[in-house]
Amino acid sequence: MGNLLALIHNETIKIWKKKRFAVIVLVLIVLIPVFVYAQLKVTENNAQKFKDWRGELQQRITDNTNSLGSDRIPEEWKRWRRALVQQLQYYLDHDINPNSPNAVTFTRGFLNNAVTMFIPLMVLAIASDLVSSERSTGTVKMLLTRPVRRWRVLFSKLAALTLYTSLVVVTNAVLCYLIAGLAFGYGGWGEPVFVGFRIHGADVDTSSVHAVPQGVYLLMQTGLVWYSAMTVALIALMVSVLVRSTAASFVTMMAAVIAGSILANMSSSWHTAKYLFSVNLDLTSYLAGSPPPIEGMTLGFSLLILAVWGAAALFVSFFVFTKQDVLN
Amino acid sequence: MAANAGAAERETVLSVQNVKKKIGGKPIIHGISFDVRAGEIFGFLGPNGSGKTTTIRMLVDLIKPTEGRILICGEDVNRHPERALRHVGCIVENPEMYGYLTGWENLEHFARMQEGITRQRIAEVVEIVGLGKPIHDKVKTYSLGMRQRLGIAQALLGRPKLLILDEPTNGLDPKGIKELRDFVRGLADSGMSLFISSHLLGEIQLMCDRVAIIARGRVLAVGGVDELIGQAGAYTVWQLDRPEEGRRLLAGDPSVKLIAEEEHRIDEALLATLPGGIVTKMEPDAVPRWVERFVRAGIRVLAAQKIAPSLEELFLKLTEGETIG
Repeated sequence: MGNLLALIHNETIKIWKKKRFAVIVLVLIVLIPVFVYAQLKVTENNAQKFKDWRGELQQRITDNTNSLGSDRIPEEWKRWRRALVQQLQYYLDHDINPNSPNAVTFTRGFLNNAVTMFIPLMVLAIASDLVSSERSTGTVKMLLTRPVRRWRVLFSKLAALTLYTSLVVVTNAVLCYLIAGLAFGYGGWGEPVFVGFRIHGADVDTSSVHAVPQGVYLLMQTGLVWYSAMTVALIALMVSVLVRSTAASFVTMMAAVIAGSILANMSSSWHTAKYLFSVNLDLTSYLAGSPPPIEGMTLGFSLLILAVWGAAALFVSFFVFTKQDVLN
Repeated sequence: MAANAGAAERETVLSVQNVKKKIGGKPIIHGISFDVRAGEIFGFLGPNGSGKTTTIRMLVDLIKPTEGRILICGEDVNRHPERALRHVGCIVENPEMYGYLTGWENLEHFARMQEGITRQRIAEVVEIVGLGKPIHDKVKTYSLGMRQRLGIAQALLGRPKLLILDEPTNGLDPKGIKELRDFVRGLADSGMSLFISSHLLGEIQLMCDRVAIIARGRVLAVGGVDELIGQAGAYTVWQLDRPEEGRRLLAGDPSVKLIAEEEHRIDEALLATLPGGIVTKMEPDAVPRWVERFVRAGIRVLAAQKIAPSLEELFLKLTEGETIG
């Protein structure tokens, strides 16, 4: 076991010294203030337009209800809007301002938007060249001729990848909270948020809706973001084992992730698309009660699909890595 | 060769037993066997594309043999790499290390992969290869020579019984090559076995005790360097002030073979230093007699040079006229 810990130590050092994580932190430090500023502008704007948020909520409900009557709006959109109206009504009835900005709400919103693209992108920055860079630079020949079994080498890479993926998710949340707090204040942990919206076809089932403190909600959300980030990491590890070039490995994975978010927007009639991993990455939207991109998808379903993809990717990675001839 | 041939006085460190390899259904290595004993420098000689690198990769478990066994200190490399490779240090092709780490960090990295390597041992190998201060610089700033040293330091970390170097003189200048030769000899004297591949006959001749000659995935011969390479017969090239007369004189002796220009395969660059040289084959002890004869005949000897046969020629001899790619 001492051996395995030493190997994980090695892999952790290598990722750190490649300065990938430093780049990620730097990107966040530059980007989050931009988003915070944008949010600030939106809030100011709203405050000017709507004297009170109740009026705004009522307005949105009316707008959406009106658009339901239009023939030019496709049926999928209507379904979504119907659900949205029910939710907004719920907020209104319970006297909750869904837009009151504070650091916690901002972080919540940020994670919601980051889970399908931004976080996978950062995970890929670390995972894509984990194995392929060893091969393209030739260091794999040194690595695999040491008296260590190959599965242990790959396992140590996997452990380091898990560590950094977790770190990326946590860093996202923490930096977001810290930076947003400067503008909106650090409060908001105890504010109630409603969870438990269940979508049955066109209806939002509100029977099990209950309020949780926003802090708890954020924790649940971070957990789900971690889960989908880990799935992306495992699949990226597999691609990195299979593809020699780091660039090819990164592009392949990025294309898969982007394809998922495009499909999620357009494929409500292609039902089998729901078995693709990248369509299922948006786990936090279940928490928020937004309707799923494809009918029949639930939180449990998405978790299962991602688990299956992750397990299959792990199997392929270990199988190929331990058997493969190193020819280059 | 039978599996237990080469059971000699000295312990066998590496034993390759009827190893075959197919890649994509195409046979690359057709059943090779040889043994390397403790404390010897074993040359692995073959032209590019003969299967040298594939074989070396099989020795260190980068490639799995399709058939046959490779034993290092009695452990099967393929079945128990974690035990067999403990006794091996190697550089396969170029000494590639992590460029974004310093030399020292690289050594620490590889030290962690094997039990019982202390900080002190790392300092020791740095001392042995003479890397000095740059050990704390990033490897991407290193010259090829420094990378080579670092690669060797890495290979020596675990006090291996067998050191495998793949074309170690590639890219080194003559001074570097000389240093490497002395270094390798020193390691062998301390009891380590060395396995050195090369496509240059002269290099193997200078460095090694025994040699296996490989071509087209087959071992053509295994034996002492002197007996194998001597077998092909060296040339004696004479440079005389009156070459025509000298040639006539030489032709008169049946024990001397005059070699026409198209018959030998001596490197042109070598012959260029001996303009008008007469290429002959003769017994080594006949050379001083001939010097005397020329002098007595009033022919001045400008140079008499022995030139080793080329690798190609050796192969021709071993494969008996079959040409090699």
